[in-house]
Amino acid sequence: MANTVMMSKLHAIRRQEQITAGIFLLPAAILLLFVFGYPIVRAFWLSFFAKNLATKLQPVFCGLDNYARMVGDGHFWQSFWIATTFTTASVILELLLGLGIALVLNQKFWGQGGVRTIAILPWALPTALMGLAWAWIFNDQFGVVNDILLRLGIIKTGINWLGEPTLALLATIFADVWKTTPFISILLLASLQSISPDLYEAHAMDGAKPWQSFYQITLPLLAPQILIATLFRFAQAFGIFDLIAVMTGGGPGGATEVISLYIYSTVMRYLDFGYGAALMVVTFLLLVLAVASASFLLNKSRIAAK
Amino acid sequence: MVGEEFPSVKTKNIGQHLWLGIAIALVLIFSLAPVMWQLLTSFKVNQDISKVPTVYFPTRFTFGHYIELFTRRPFWRYIFNSAFVAIISTSLALGFGAPAAYALARLRPWGGRVILTSILLVTLFPGILLFLGLLEIVQALHLGNNYLALIIPYTAINLPLTILVLHSFFQQLPKDLEDAAKIDGYNTWQMLVQILLPLTVPALFTTGILTFIFAWNEFIFALTFITREQMKTIPVAVAQLSGASTFEIPYGPIAAATMVGTFPLVLLVLFFQRKIVQGLTAGAVKG
Repeated sequence: MANTVMMSKLHAIRRQEQITAGIFLLPAAILLLFVFGYPIVRAFWLSFFAKNLATKLQPVFCGLDNYARMVGDGHFWQSFWIATTFTTASVILELLLGLGIALVLNQKFWGQGGVRTIAILPWALPTALMGLAWAWIFNDQFGVVNDILLRLGIIKTGINWLGEPTLALLATIFADVWKTTPFISILLLASLQSISPDLYEAHAMDGAKPWQSFYQITLPLLAPQILIATLFRFAQAFGIFDLIAVMTGGGPGGATEVISLYIYSTVMRYLDFGYGAALMVVTFLLLVLAVASASFLLNKSRIAAK
Repeated sequence: MVGEEFPSVKTKNIGQHLWLGIAIALVLIFSLAPVMWQLLTSFKVNQDISKVPTVYFPTRFTFGHYIELFTRRPFWRYIFNSAFVAIISTSLALGFGAPAAYALARLRPWGGRVILTSILLVTLFPGILLFLGLLEIVQALHLGNNYLALIIPYTAINLPLTILVLHSFFQQLPKDLEDAAKIDGYNTWQMLVQILLPLTVPALFTTGILTFIFAWNEFIFALTFITREQMKTIPVAVAQLSGASTFEIPYGPIAAATMVGTFPLVLLVLFFQRKIVQGLTAGAVKG
């Protein structure tokens, strides 16, 4: 008898809790559905319609036409490969450099706090503004990169960094690496700090060299964090817009036109909403696929760590 | 004792000191050089800026580019727009995010894990996937050139991070506190406002710095939803400086404008480095 009274009282508390939770979650949920959910669903819906200047911006159902058009759209494939190249190169460079910087910042030295502060700085600054700064640094006539290379005698005449397809892509990758490496350093530094020094001491007593400790202790313990950082960076780099829009505008001749720039000009310049929506859907699905496989890997590495 | 027996573990020799010194110098140069170069450029007269070979330090120090920004363009207005939108959307993100984070951490809502996972996934969506749907809403509601067209999406894009950081904060908070408050006769609401909220202030502050930075730096929505000069935020206004002149790209004013737009964030980093690190790691690690 007492037991059932207890049970029903617990039940009442639990129900009260559920109601409060609902009230607390509702505003955030509505906003997230409105700003994230609706545009994605809308893109799926619109991708089955022709809505462009030819249809006088009225939606006309066209089935899978937009997707069929994508298959034969060299422009789309090009922007897709440029985005993939950009993402792969910058994420790999950021990981290597970020790990290096994290290892340096993890050392004890005078002024450590100040150096850490400065190392974070690039991450916090507005990407669009720093894109302008990088465009100025890589300027063909007055740029400081050319000046340094000329003074060192590495080149004889100034290089048109942002005017040559490969070099322009390289320059944007460099700027992106500068901007986002701190994010990786911060995450990796935090996990480096959580590794107990005892582990290294014990390992050293067993006769291990520092580089062996790095491979056998540091890297395996950082693995989950490295994967998480890679996942975040992959998604952001694949959708990069502001940096490239400001630095090269997608030029020269589309050499740096990544997928998001292509989507943006399809919608905003050519007013082709239906096709733009289809491009969004494909980008979205690719990201979901990448995230799903990364989380699968992450789970595996977590299990392996245990 | 152990340190004396194994000096290689504890102390560094001169060679190691040297390498560390070089590495630190490289990190500093890498992080600072582009900003410093822009700072130097912003104080140079035009002749110095367009001299070949490059003049590294201004031969004549000038504030002319800064003065030009504030006299010939509504730069105070841009700063105000950016600050206003960032502050309001930060406050809203905290106001909406804190209760949601608390509910997820403490109240064991139905479907809590699914909600948390979808929130984590949402952080990975780039703005380019959202701008078309949002543009249609903005047009349908006639919100173009209205602060709300930025405040609403900025609040939403900052919500996931807010919820993740505060969720990890609430999870670390000892639950005894809330139980004790309940035993002392506080009802849920009193407990939240009088006991929990004061404890949460530092975490709210940490999160707020991050959301402020994101809102200040946002580009694609600001570019798409705002076309009137008076309503533009700093990143877009500065990015469009170069297109405004038909003759040559105004490198000096652009450099000065970059410095104006980055200065508030440099201050934030200088004062709150630790909080930024805390927030970022909490947002990414615990999620």
